Amino acid sequence: METLTQLANGFAVALTPANLMWCLVGTTLGTAIGVLPGLGPALTIALLLPITYQVAPEASFILFAGIYYGAMYGGSTTSILLNTPGESATIVTALEGNRMARSGRAGAALATAAIGSFVAGLIGTAGVAFLAPVVVSVALAFGAAEYFALMVLAFVMVSAVLGSSAVRGLSSLFLGFVLGMIGVDLQTGQPRFTFGLTELLDGVNVVVAAVGLFAVGETLYMVSRLRAGKDEVVPLKGSLYMTAAEWGRSWKAWIRGAFIGFPIGAMPAGGAEIPTFLSYALEKRLSKHKEEFGTIGAIEGVAGPEAANNASAAGVLVPMLTLGLPTSATAAIMLSAFQSYGISPGPMLLQTQPALVWGLIASLFIANVVLVFLNLPLIGLWVRMLRIPAPQLYAGILIFATVGTYGISQSPIDLVVLYVLGAIGFVMRRYDFPIAPVIIGMILGPLAETQFRRAMTISNGDWSVFYTHPLSLTLLSLAAFALLTPFLFSLIRQRRMRGLAHVPGDA
Amino acid sequence: MSLSDERRAPARLALPELSIALGLMACAGIAIWQVVAIPVSPMYSKVGPTVFPYMTSAGLVLLSLLLLISAVRGGWQPQEEKDTAVHWRSVLFVAAGLLANVVLIKPLGFTAASVVLFVLVCHGFGSRRPGRDALIGLVLSLAVYFGFAKALGVSIGSGFIENLLGG
Repeated sequence: METLTQLANGFAVALTPANLMWCLVGTTLGTAIGVLPGLGPALTIALLLPITYQVAPEASFILFAGIYYGAMYGGSTTSILLNTPGESATIVTALEGNRMARSGRAGAALATAAIGSFVAGLIGTAGVAFLAPVVVSVALAFGAAEYFALMVLAFVMVSAVLGSSAVRGLSSLFLGFVLGMIGVDLQTGQPRFTFGLTELLDGVNVVVAAVGLFAVGETLYMVSRLRAGKDEVVPLKGSLYMTAAEWGRSWKAWIRGAFIGFPIGAMPAGGAEIPTFLSYALEKRLSKHKEEFGTIGAIEGVAGPEAANNASAAGVLVPMLTLGLPTSATAAIMLSAFQSYGISPGPMLLQTQPALVWGLIASLFIANVVLVFLNLPLIGLWVRMLRIPAPQLYAGILIFATVGTYGISQSPIDLVVLYVLGAIGFVMRRYDFPIAPVIIGMILGPLAETQFRRAMTISNGDWSVFYTHPLSLTLLSLAAFALLTPFLFSLIRQRRMRGLAHVPGDA
Repeated sequence: MSLSDERRAPARLALPELSIALGLMACAGIAIWQVVAIPVSPMYSKVGPTVFPYMTSAGLVLLSLLLLISAVRGGWQPQEEKDTAVHWRSVLFVAAGLLANVVLIKPLGFTAASVVLFVLVCHGFGSRRPGRDALIGLVLSLAVYFGFAKALGVSIGSGFIENLLGG
């Protein structure tokens, strides 16, 4: 009951005209950047971080949350009509959605994606509202050693387990650690990794890192493969309304997708890829129309994964708000927005900032309603955005990148750092290194170090704190298990498969 | 996955991947050199500011070794990427645009530098109408300067164009 009272108070915060306006701006902007290839929520929120100096925390987090949810909705439009997944979580949507569009059912695919996102968004947001207080009550018992162990588990999950290669994922993560350590050590005041340069004492700004790796890297990547052939926008034909049969096939997939997506998103592992793939596999197995999968496009194959994607996006907010543990690049940037306000997310956040947390959760409900209207009746507008020609689109992205970076301290050095990171981002894209772990490592790494040193100081330098506390030991064992099992498996498989032909996708 | 990648191609040294592994190793080396340079007060000797950097550097060394092994065994670049040649001429135009932006933003101001950046990047992406692109770039960067930057309270370098317009 207390949750409902709190939520009502949250709606009182979210429904003020100013905050409704921020929600509307956020969802519109979010849909736009979700639709446009090359821009994502992490990058957009990073570019908008200076707003934290201008407005109250409630307003900026309502804006950021609108962008976060909106990008999920917009991303599915691009996947369905263009077959270029805006982000990794919408790969599965592109599989069936684009086939549906090509066989003249783009309207139904867009509708099931948007309504599915709505249903799952509501379920997921309700999940955040009811799960967050529960997690907080558990987390209050956490000490520094437990926090550190939990972060180690999250590091392993986001970098090593959820990507295509553990070694490359961890390399990205450790690169993020180094970037995060540059600058003055907050506990002792010692400069670290600064090469004696005063410019580096403040560290590498997270905006520069996110914009460089994502925006500049993506631009260089796209221009490098300019002649590699382009996907065409499928013209939007047919009505946006689903037939009774399509509703019948969609709604169960939405519910199932939401209940797969939310728990996985809420775990300190995050990631929307796994739930979308799981939901896709499940729908394919349960469908009575298996022949449509991979041919003309099956509506369940859009409905389920889209719902799973949105529910897991909501789930990611649980560890972020209750433990201060971001498990996606976007959540990591949001965490740095909290830091910019001097608020540290964690179990105390719900008590110290109830208006902020519950206002944010309430605004997510509102955002979902707004987004359905933005994405169905106004779909024509977003389709037109897809036709912005690539040269002007990417040139424009680079101008925004300049603003975000040069605005920090009017220093061309920042631009040099930005472009060097852009070049690194390009190489990482081309050689299949994931980018998100860099951002997560950069923001969460220093926090993990703080917890580590706190634990060691309390224990007077005794390393045993990490394995004598049962919870810490459990979390660290889980991390070690998650890290080492795939290695052992592939070793065994390699031994067994030696001489056999390679089966694509077996790892 | 890295193991299955190796099986796809016959074991042959992959040069780009090798340079990535060596580059990461160099990073680890520089990191260690920088950690050694951190002075540690004896007060913090137990869990001082160097413990985490040492752990990170050690991790980087280990990871770069694993990447090195993978590179020697044929690399890991996805086949789809390998089949797509980098269009260096286009990349060069974008890089030139970025370089021009760094050099020009201080003397000429944000808007003028952005127009140059915009035209060069558009050319890199295959647009062949520099006049039109310059106009679009001008309108966009002015909109960004007076809308976005002023609204957010960010100050981005003003130059002759901004001063002319009273910014």
